[in-house]
Amino acid sequence: MPVPSRRPFPSSIHETLMLPRFSPDQDSGPEVSRRDFVRVVMTAAAAVGLSGTAAARMAEAVAKGVKPSVIWLHFQECTGCTESLLRTAHPDIGSLILDLISLDYHETLFAAAGHQAEAALQQAMKDNAGKYVCIVEGAIPTKDGGIYCKIGGRTAIDMVTEVAEQAGAIIAIGSCASWGGVPSADPNPTGATGAPMVLKGKTVVTIPGCPANPYNLLGTVLQFVTLGTLPELDDKGRPKWAYGRTIHEHCPRRAHFDAGRFAQQFGDENHRQGYCLYKLGCKGPQTHANCSVMHFGEVVDAWPIGLGHPCFGCTEQKLAFRVALHDTVDIERPTPPDTYPGIREPQGGVSTVAAGIAGLAAGALLGAGYKFSKTLASEAPPTKPSGGSSKKEV
Amino acid sequence: MAVGRRKVLQVIAGTGAIAAANAVPVRAARAAKAAPPDALGMLYDTTLCIGCKACVSACREANDLQPSWDEERLHHAPLDLNGRTKNVIKLYKEGDRMSFFKAQCMHCVDPACASACMLGSLHKDEVTGIVTYDASYCVGCRYCMMACPFNVAKFEYEKRAPKIVKCELCRHRFGGAQLASTGGFSRFATGHGPACCEVCPRGAVIYGKRTELLQEAKRRIEANPGRYYQDKVYGEADAGGTQVLYLSHVPFDKISLPDIGSQGVPHVAYTIQEGLYRGFVAPVALYGVLGLVMLRNRKKGGAAAPEAQKGGRRE
Repeated sequence: MPVPSRRPFPSSIHETLMLPRFSPDQDSGPEVSRRDFVRVVMTAAAAVGLSGTAAARMAEAVAKGVKPSVIWLHFQECTGCTESLLRTAHPDIGSLILDLISLDYHETLFAAAGHQAEAALQQAMKDNAGKYVCIVEGAIPTKDGGIYCKIGGRTAIDMVTEVAEQAGAIIAIGSCASWGGVPSADPNPTGATGAPMVLKGKTVVTIPGCPANPYNLLGTVLQFVTLGTLPELDDKGRPKWAYGRTIHEHCPRRAHFDAGRFAQQFGDENHRQGYCLYKLGCKGPQTHANCSVMHFGEVVDAWPIGLGHPCFGCTEQKLAFRVALHDTVDIERPTPPDTYPGIREPQGGVSTVAAGIAGLAAGALLGAGYKFSKTLASEAPPTKPSGGSSKKEV
Repeated sequence: MAVGRRKVLQVIAGTGAIAAANAVPVRAARAAKAAPPDALGMLYDTTLCIGCKACVSACREANDLQPSWDEERLHHAPLDLNGRTKNVIKLYKEGDRMSFFKAQCMHCVDPACASACMLGSLHKDEVTGIVTYDASYCVGCRYCMMACPFNVAKFEYEKRAPKIVKCELCRHRFGGAQLASTGGFSRFATGHGPACCEVCPRGAVIYGKRTELLQEAKRRIEANPGRYYQDKVYGEADAGGTQVLYLSHVPFDKISLPDIGSQGVPHVAYTIQEGLYRGFVAPVALYGVLGLVMLRNRKKGGAAAPEAQKGGRRE
């Protein structure tokens, strides 16, 4: 890698923080300067936890005109994941799709329509075979040959299989694409399931969530396009950097949980105080996601618990749309509470009832023993009746 | 069949004499034990502990123990060491005086549990000095629980095939890792040492060789006059020496570290036992007295007691 030329010490706070300076002499045309571009990439990389070097490498790649092609498929879904992606600011969707990636097919965002759009898809697949990123949004119906979701006369199964075949990376965004989501909830009339279940044998990065946190997608896409690698995944195909921990472990209300301060019902005094929502049915202790540290759309507290509603476990197949909203779940990794046992903690003890029962039993045994010995004595020696035994009893 | 009273007494007297004769070269009292030169241990300092209980969590995870639930099944909330807890932080509070206390196995230099263990299930490692537990020899007698002066060994009462549960200094994590000197202490690579020490955010509990820890404890006492109770390292000599050492700013007995002298519990037990049988005097005296009592009763009771009656007839 070429060594960057030495820069003089930053002359102003603007330069230090890389803030834009509004001076009339600066080029304000639509053309994105390299500097602006690097800035966008740096922000994006920082936001999703990639290193500065990754940003530099990406800038280099894009400067050569190599923008990674992204094909985005929509199936059974509400477009919520796309909507949440549209609301990110670092980078904003404009920078993302115009500067960072080449979004070649996206049913919500493309300008083309009908056959033109389908032709764009075919063209993109042909041009970038083996290199493009296939992003799947929405569940795939499998019942009755997959006839419940068709685009341009083709079933979702056909489309996803074809596009995934030559993809460099496959990413399932949202719970629907990851494991079925809402469409797969009981009774699941269309046999909806996730992309990993349809694309058996392929590595599918899943970014579950309802909607998925857009930064988890950005981080994964940016890592793939800059470093050519995929993040480390857990057994459900989720990037460990985003889904390695439970909500509970990073919850801002955790202190209340540890201290035993719980909201008992919606709107009560404890709820207003911002106490822990566990008893209202929070699934945070079993939900693996990073919402508690990476809120949505850069709006502070824009995530369920931040707004006072219990986590409903949207990233977890076993929880979302299966466990009732206000049912509580077990704690996955229990830790000690905010209280301490004393040095000599009284433990156990004998209750009055137990002592009474034991006393009665002992008394009965004693009595029986006495009675028995008396019987024995009266039966005892045939030669000298009662002599010795009567002496003993007295 | 027809063994006369005289004969019985003769035999008893004879055996006693032989036993006494055997016991005459009295065995030297059991020598006090010393820690192995490379004994590992821990040093806990109450003045540094902030009671975060990270060690309690880390211990449970490192040892793959089920949580000791509170009533609501929300927290791992052990009240004491138990069948699911090898390490617990307790709080001593009396007026303004307070201190945290970390309870776990003390890894005694002369462990009472290993001494009481009938099959050697509990065993003191010759090199590290760790008091180890091998469940394959354990019969579940729980003598170790009775023997331990620190009330450490615990039993899995709720299990069908219960074992003894106690801290083994995370020896299962050592693997093949080698000790290397780090900042004056012998340490394993991160992830291989005792979990509680590795996770402690304030270094309130550290591990290393016992000699190094003892030196460090004395350095702290010297550097902070008046800070530590009696300027004493608990475990240096207490209970015959322990490999887990304590520095405290409150009296040791307040944080359940009893003053039990400088002799190991087994040492005391052996001394008593050997004293009892020394020269076989005590048993002979006891049986002599018992014999006299029998003789006296026999003469007094005569034909009254049925047992004596029978014997009398035969004689």
